[in-house]
Amino acid sequence: MTAAVTAEDLQIRFRLRGQGTLRAVDGVSMAVQPRETLGIIGESGSGKSTLGRALVGTTAPTAGRVLHDGKDLAALRGAARRAHRRDYQLVYQDPNAALDPRMSVLQSVREPLDIAKLGARADRERKALALLDRMGLTAEQAGRYPHELSGGQKQRVNIARALTVSPRFIVCDEMVAALDVSIQADILNLFAELRQEFGLTTLFITHDIGVVTHVSDRIGVMYLGRLMELGAASAVTSQALHPYTRALLSAEPEFVPAQAGRTRRRVTLQGEIPSPLHPPSGCRFRTRCPLAAERCATEEPAWREARAGHFVACHFALNQEDAQREAIS
Amino acid sequence: MTRWRLPVGAMLALLFLGFLVVLSVAARWIAPASPIQQNLDDMMLGPGPGHLLGTDDLGRDVLSRLIYGAPVSLYACSLAVGVATILGVPFGVLIGFVGGWADEVGSRLLDALLSFPAIVLAIGVTGALGIGTTNAMLAVGLVLAPVMARVVRAQTLVVRGSLFVEAAQGFGAGPLRVIVRHILPNAIQPVIVQITLALAMALLAEASLSFLGLGVQPPQPSWGNMLARAYGYMEIAPEQMYPPGLAILLTALSFNALGEWLRVVLDPTMRKRGKS
Repeated sequence: MTAAVTAEDLQIRFRLRGQGTLRAVDGVSMAVQPRETLGIIGESGSGKSTLGRALVGTTAPTAGRVLHDGKDLAALRGAARRAHRRDYQLVYQDPNAALDPRMSVLQSVREPLDIAKLGARADRERKALALLDRMGLTAEQAGRYPHELSGGQKQRVNIARALTVSPRFIVCDEMVAALDVSIQADILNLFAELRQEFGLTTLFITHDIGVVTHVSDRIGVMYLGRLMELGAASAVTSQALHPYTRALLSAEPEFVPAQAGRTRRRVTLQGEIPSPLHPPSGCRFRTRCPLAAERCATEEPAWREARAGHFVACHFALNQEDAQREAIS
Repeated sequence: MTRWRLPVGAMLALLFLGFLVVLSVAARWIAPASPIQQNLDDMMLGPGPGHLLGTDDLGRDVLSRLIYGAPVSLYACSLAVGVATILGVPFGVLIGFVGGWADEVGSRLLDALLSFPAIVLAIGVTGALGIGTTNAMLAVGLVLAPVMARVVRAQTLVVRGSLFVEAAQGFGAGPLRVIVRHILPNAIQPVIVQITLALAMALLAEASLSFLGLGVQPPQPSWGNMLARAYGYMEIAPEQMYPPGLAILLTALSFNALGEWLRVVLDPTMRKRGKS
């Protein structure tokens, strides 16, 4: 089966004036399978948004390749590229900035259809209104301008707009981070329904572990521009291999306060995430890692399949034999 | 639906400008006398029954000159501002949108044009094109264009970097669509303000150039050359300055009021929603 979207040793660097080069994404290889939802978690500055933007073609890779259904995105130019890009959409974190303040909701949602010149004008309008209706927005609200809507409504508009062109792949970049918690759940549930309805392939970027486990089939963990761990959502959350993933999981507040501290020991990370301008040598997590040893400073850990379908980049995580032994015992 | 309620200021401005247009079109029927007929026996008369606004230094009826001057002045300032907008707005959008090298070169060019004193540049252009109302106002338009271009460029830079432009490009929008649908509507607001300011400036520039003999040629009346003429007799007959001065003032004010209203009307975030 050809993966819907593939990154091959993807590197994205930004040259900053007078400060050197920022390695936002530094050698990421992964594949998003058709109809799956891949969650990407990581702290601010881990490069997860840049990765998402590169996968839809908004940001050009410095090195490495992005493949859409096995085809290299970089090979497309001009009008062909623009037409292709339509199938790979991004839903932004800031629902307000992503909508033109001078366009009514209906105009904004209709715009992708107008650009693609799909069908007659009246049909486009009907399709846009139908999608808005599916999102829980009335025809009256469709006539409004963005400043007259709430944040949650605006994000619904953004999702509707992204869906008008029936994209093959959607990147949700911190889609609910800017919204109230009560509205987050509504949007996430609605989005889960839509994924089924439209058969969407999704990359779901977030820093919120609760959200990512709720929506994802698989989860990838990013740290300083690299993937640290990637595996099935259940495996990553219940049997995390990487010390960074474990720290992230234990940072998540417990739902039942009485059980806190009894069931799990908290792993707290020391200090801040290092600057991506000067990542640490060897394993880039070593400066904050509770397991860090001498080897970690000199040797970059390999990206290996520690359990079936469960990848990790850590010297001390389980290796294959350990995993087999673990399965037998 | 949105209710289009005209504020009093904009209404008065529209009425006044409409009145000017009527005057311009019907000058020959409305004006009580010829604007160029000299009558040296009746020089410098104050307002009175024979001449409602008096006569000038050559005994010409001031009211008639004012009426015949209206189309000349309106033509002059619309031409100048039209030229400035047509040259300045596309240029500003272009260098702002393309960015990089084009922006560097284009911006330096604008700086160079702006570094000339406006009147000197206008005199230079008139020298090259020849004397006359149209040429003088083309020159004024050229002087005003870089100001317009700079405003548009700055606004374009802001809008170009916005997420909604990126989103539109993500849907496959080409550069033309992005400019027409997203950048221009979001960049136009300060342009409208600039246009109303430029109209007032062009009126005054017409007066200056006519005063220097480069613009409207005597004996044809324009508000600018009437004012310039009256200025020469300020100490003997100060009341001579009021008719053209007030006409210029009121016209400039009307343009400003109209611009302010347009700015609000064209901005959906400023619009008050009626019953929803």
